[in-house]
Amino acid sequence: MSAAALEVRDLTVRFALAGGRHRVLQAVTNVGFTLPRGETLGIVGESGSGKSTIARALLRLVPASAGVARFRGVDLLALEHEPLRAMREHLQIIFQDPLASLDPRMRVAQIIEEPLLEFRPRLNAQARRTLVLAMMERVGLLHSHLNRYPHEFSGGQAQRIGIARALMLEPELLVCDEPISALDVSIKSQIANLLKDLQKQLHLSVLFIAHDLAAVRFSCERVLVLYLGRVMEIAPRDALFSAPHHPYTRALLQSVPIPDPRRARARGGAPLGGEIPSPLAPPSGCVFRTRCPIAEARCAEQVPELRTVGDSKVACHRAGEPGLNL
Amino acid sequence: MSSTPLLKISELSVGYPSRAGTTRALDRVSLDLSPGEFLGIVGESGSGKTQLLLAMLGLNAQGAQLAGSISYRGHELVGASQRTLASVRGRRIGMIFQDPMTALNPYLTVGTQVTEGLRLHQKLGRKAAWRRAIELLEAVQIPEPERRLGQHPHELSGGMRQRIVIAMALICEPDILLADEPTTALDVTVQAQILALLRELRTRTRAAIVLVTHDLGVIAEVADRVLVMYAGRVVEQAGVEELFSSARHPYTLGLRRSIAELDGPLPERLPSIGGNPPNPAALPAGCAFAPRCAQAFERCLGTPPPLVSVAPGHARACYFEGKLEVSAP
Repeated sequence: MSAAALEVRDLTVRFALAGGRHRVLQAVTNVGFTLPRGETLGIVGESGSGKSTIARALLRLVPASAGVARFRGVDLLALEHEPLRAMREHLQIIFQDPLASLDPRMRVAQIIEEPLLEFRPRLNAQARRTLVLAMMERVGLLHSHLNRYPHEFSGGQAQRIGIARALMLEPELLVCDEPISALDVSIKSQIANLLKDLQKQLHLSVLFIAHDLAAVRFSCERVLVLYLGRVMEIAPRDALFSAPHHPYTRALLQSVPIPDPRRARARGGAPLGGEIPSPLAPPSGCVFRTRCPIAEARCAEQVPELRTVGDSKVACHRAGEPGLNL
Repeated sequence: MSSTPLLKISELSVGYPSRAGTTRALDRVSLDLSPGEFLGIVGESGSGKTQLLLAMLGLNAQGAQLAGSISYRGHELVGASQRTLASVRGRRIGMIFQDPMTALNPYLTVGTQVTEGLRLHQKLGRKAAWRRAIELLEAVQIPEPERRLGQHPHELSGGMRQRIVIAMALICEPDILLADEPTTALDVTVQAQILALLRELRTRTRAAIVLVTHDLGVIAEVADRVLVMYAGRVVEQAGVEELFSSARHPYTLGLRRSIAELDGPLPERLPSIGGNPPNPAALPAGCAFAPRCAQAFERCLGTPPPLVSVAPGHARACYFEGKLEVSAP
């Protein structure tokens, strides 16, 4: 067994658009990363950055146009129908909207039991029930919830049901697509704690997709920053939050409201201007250059390669320049 | 603040009767709003924060029963005629909604939508309205305003659409700008831009701004004074610095502590508030927060605690007198 649970190289996802034969939207371009076994990798970026498309491509919910995703010794992106179906046992996902991801006509017991019916056909009803109850306890659901329907639950409880279903087969890799962003503030931290506990207890390798940077800091060991489908920076958590090397990472961190009025108001400085450009017409060279406070002429001409600066890997021509004041 | 309030809400309640009984969306909420003030209202889903904004505009859903008083410059808005409400709405009190896409008509150009208000409320002619529309778009820092006026909402980014919605709320130079989660649907870099714009507008126009949000971080960035709502009631109100430095309600403190931060020591676990937000259709008899509160004792289960002053400009609705702890049962 290698130390990496998942190794992604040069992942590219293109969508052909209706209306015009040559209209192609490139949502993800040459994305690569390694997820070490038992770790959590955060993928952050604003809407349109391609973070959910990466998750969907890895789970084969949308077709990848190019790339390799090595998982359990095979390339996920090249698997045929039947081996892919078998592989899903090891590869599960938790969605953003917990209620929308649960079948409203199924009872909680049926929802959590369904993966067992599919992948553990030899278990009898009593064995399944035992496993379901143990998992419910683990995620903080009560036995009395067994026969209820999803609509009877609040968002946080519904997310617990989604987590129980995803973990029922003891997957190796768990993809969490914005798992706490739709929840009420007082519930977010409950679910963030639960996911972290489960990750440790079950030695899960987790891809944690989120736009909430503080939640990513709490949940992840490594962080990948995406912009317009490209990797801007990958770094260990502490390096990324204390010494970001990409001007976009820096701008993202500075945009997050500080929950302390004195510090928030002392911060000063104008926010990053502009908005993420259309992926139909990405800027030449570095895609971030149209909003970048330190862009130069070469940034319009050359696409910056991902290179090592300090503890980070950064795609910026100017990263690491001495005296550079981001 | 000693100046006469622009808006005075007293003991406002909003209920929705149904066969199963009345759902209490808002329960005896009082607040004063001074000219030029930036008031933040924070609460989770079901806290009543949106119902409160809608009541100020007379826009609660049909069947809503309102009691109490909303006085705008001495004019009573509760029970007022549609004509009175219409003259206040839009003209004196502007509204910014959460989702700029649904607040705009997808079939009409930006120019048609912005000038509609100008021609209706300000009785401007076509050309004058167009000129004023350009000024308004400039005021909300939209580049190339003339070109934007000819575009449809779908041609604009989310941040640009929200700027248009803000420009429309400014048409009649309102005294009060209500904003319901105006940045929740936006990306974080765009949120920072819109919050900076709202701060700047408040300084420039002297309009009072009421911003409703679930995000204490947003409150810390912009508000002067804060109301914390839970289950239709105000549970704490204070100046923004005081609220963050010395919260006196266990719910406020729990919210404050449960926010993950970008710097400082990384906790092994995030402090959290146990349990779930209450169902507005089935509230407990006493304090609605009691089932989730580490400090709850017998008295909390009886009658709900009234909002009581604990320091100048600082009030809370809680019976507990000792030192607050965060951990929940």
